[in-house]
Amino acid sequence: MAIEVVTMPQLGESVTEGTIGEWLKKVGDAVEKYESLLEVQTDKVNAEVPSPVSGIVQKILVEPGTTVPIGTPICEIAVEGEAEAPAPAAAAPEAPAAPAPAPSEAPAPAAGSVAEGRGRYSPAVRRLAQEHGIDPAAIAGTGAGGRVTRRDIEAAIAAASAAPQAPAPSPAAPTAASAPAAASAPAVASAPAVIEDVDTVEPLTPVRKVIAERMVRSKQTVPHAWIMVEVDVTGLVALRERIKEEFKAREGVSLTYLPFMMRAVVEGLRAVPVMNAQWNGDSVVLKKRINLGMAAATDRGLVVPVVKDADQKNIVGLAKATQDLVQRARAGRLTMDDLSGGTFTVDNTGAVGTILTYPVINAPEVGIVTMESVVKRPVVVDNMIAVRSMVNVCLSFDHRVVDGADAGKFLQVVKKHLESIGPETSIY
Amino acid sequence: MAVLSYLEAIRETLRQEMRRDPRIIIYGEDVGVRGGVFRVTEGLQKEFGEERVIDSPLAEAAIVGTAIGAAINGLRPIPEIQFADFIFPAMNQIIQEAARIRYRSNGAFHVPLVIRAPFGGGVHGALYHSQSVEAFFAHVPGLKVVIPSTPYDAKGLLAAAIEDEDPVLYFEHKAAYRSVKGEVPEERYLIPIGKADVKKPGRDVSIITYGLMVNYSLRAAEELEKEGISCEVLDLRSMRPLDVEAILETAKKTGKVLIVHEDNLTGGIGGEVSALIAEHALFYLDAPIVRLAGPDVPAMPYSPPLEHAFMISPEKIRDKARELAQF
Repeated sequence: MAIEVVTMPQLGESVTEGTIGEWLKKVGDAVEKYESLLEVQTDKVNAEVPSPVSGIVQKILVEPGTTVPIGTPICEIAVEGEAEAPAPAAAAPEAPAAPAPAPSEAPAPAAGSVAEGRGRYSPAVRRLAQEHGIDPAAIAGTGAGGRVTRRDIEAAIAAASAAPQAPAPSPAAPTAASAPAAASAPAVASAPAVIEDVDTVEPLTPVRKVIAERMVRSKQTVPHAWIMVEVDVTGLVALRERIKEEFKAREGVSLTYLPFMMRAVVEGLRAVPVMNAQWNGDSVVLKKRINLGMAAATDRGLVVPVVKDADQKNIVGLAKATQDLVQRARAGRLTMDDLSGGTFTVDNTGAVGTILTYPVINAPEVGIVTMESVVKRPVVVDNMIAVRSMVNVCLSFDHRVVDGADAGKFLQVVKKHLESIGPETSIY
Repeated sequence: MAVLSYLEAIRETLRQEMRRDPRIIIYGEDVGVRGGVFRVTEGLQKEFGEERVIDSPLAEAAIVGTAIGAAINGLRPIPEIQFADFIFPAMNQIIQEAARIRYRSNGAFHVPLVIRAPFGGGVHGALYHSQSVEAFFAHVPGLKVVIPSTPYDAKGLLAAAIEDEDPVLYFEHKAAYRSVKGEVPEERYLIPIGKADVKKPGRDVSIITYGLMVNYSLRAAEELEKEGISCEVLDLRSMRPLDVEAILETAKKTGKVLIVHEDNLTGGIGGEVSALIAEHALFYLDAPIVRLAGPDVPAMPYSPPLEHAFMISPEKIRDKARELAQF
């Protein structure tokens, strides 16, 4: 026996509810299909409603005199026998089954047409950016496809006006514990330039724009910490002096300190894997490959080509790889592949004569190390003052991922490796 | 305050106005003895007599044409077109005559006329009993077009339309007649024609709409509120003249505009509203203006599933508004 639920029928257009007039059948009564079951009153019509099925009235759900919306269950009829016979649901044949409202679906994903939201700004965003001197590119978008919304830029304006001008962090702050910058610093408008008649205004080149955007993003989103060690490279200097002519003649490239530094960095990264990692918002990605970016100055600006799998190359291999990348960088012949995939960056700042720098991390990498100028200095060795070739190695690291202890350990490994090189060390 | 249905509010307003002003006459098909096919004018002939509540021939051009003549000569006719779908035979009278007499006569004559007509679908009325016709008239200078969304507005707008010295088209949504209820004050009040109404304030998305869709939009807004999306619902109330100020204000406030109407998309009220925003509020927009409207098909289908597909539902409004909020 199946139970058939009878609902309030629609008795005319514009009629949305009906009042039960009188039940013509009582609970327990048998009713034939199409036999009058009840009277319904609306303000347009009174009608007898036929039973949609034959059966026994099981339950009356709505009392006479009560007004209920169309589609409300009003009575249940037990259908004899054939339980599987699907009976029509509506009481009156002319009453359309009210289409069920679409089930509440999961929030629709953002429209596909806005997937390219990043870098395209609505008129509202452009106006607000201009009025408040804010670069929308520096704002993390919360709209579809990462689009910067009006709400985002309004929040940035509010944050910028609420936050007092933070003093610029001292670039030479020597302790790893120096307070990291806020991870989500508000986009603050750059101070406008003062242009006088004699000045030259050069529009930004695409490369300069990219550099600017990456630098701002790194400095605004990555809490930089900085440490430095002094390294005695007297042995390395002697080794290089001894073999550089021969090396050039045999290998066809000059032997610089950079390949040695890269070898040392590889050792450091092996010892402290968390330095060879990337920040991923809610996780840290520990990179398996060791691909070392090397900052290279060119006429067009800074580029950072990448020596892939640096851990699988010896000094000769590193020397050739770096020389090749530098030459192609200066000729403007680097490929996208050359410039991508880095997991850590080495910056040979000594080439420009510095002894101490505060490098900017190439996000999402978590560290960048420099090799400063090799200079002869008086140092104390075994309680005697000696003239040694010294170099400073500086490290900026992402303090969200790496703590000072690990960073220190990394530099100690680099230092130990460089200092272990003697005049007779084999480079093969 | 009494809770009345949308239909009762219209009937009681007609009654109140007719008691107040003896110049008012009602004129239309079946409005007298039968009290109108929807019972809007039920009991009025009994109270005001056959001279003031007149059963007309089935001739819409004649209904409106004679009403124009009566209006010019000092009466306040409120002709009823039984279904808005039947108004087309009277188009010539409405557009060529009623809308233009004040202009043509250099102000010597004017036509204080209110044409009432039930419109809209979703009530299984099929091709000839479901149309939305407001856009045809909103195009015409010299006419005013109003559509109430609530019993309160139905009363105030009808009284204002009767008070107006020029022709007003007053469209009533059939599906709202008995489904929409609300409190209506006893005393007479006017809702100025050309003033929109913020039915619900919000901050993320503006839903600009009118008529039955106001009720659907409010339902959609209520659901979205639970998801943390705040919709402002602006009820235009008047399709001509549009309340430009209110439209721009809400567009500027949220920067995201969803326009909803049951009338089909092309050439609908939404196009005009959208153009106004594009002209005057471009730099406040944070997303493309979105229109949710009936499809451009020749008529409301008879088949219930197809009718359901044609009609704008609270769910469709909710989904569109959510999409816009997330843009």
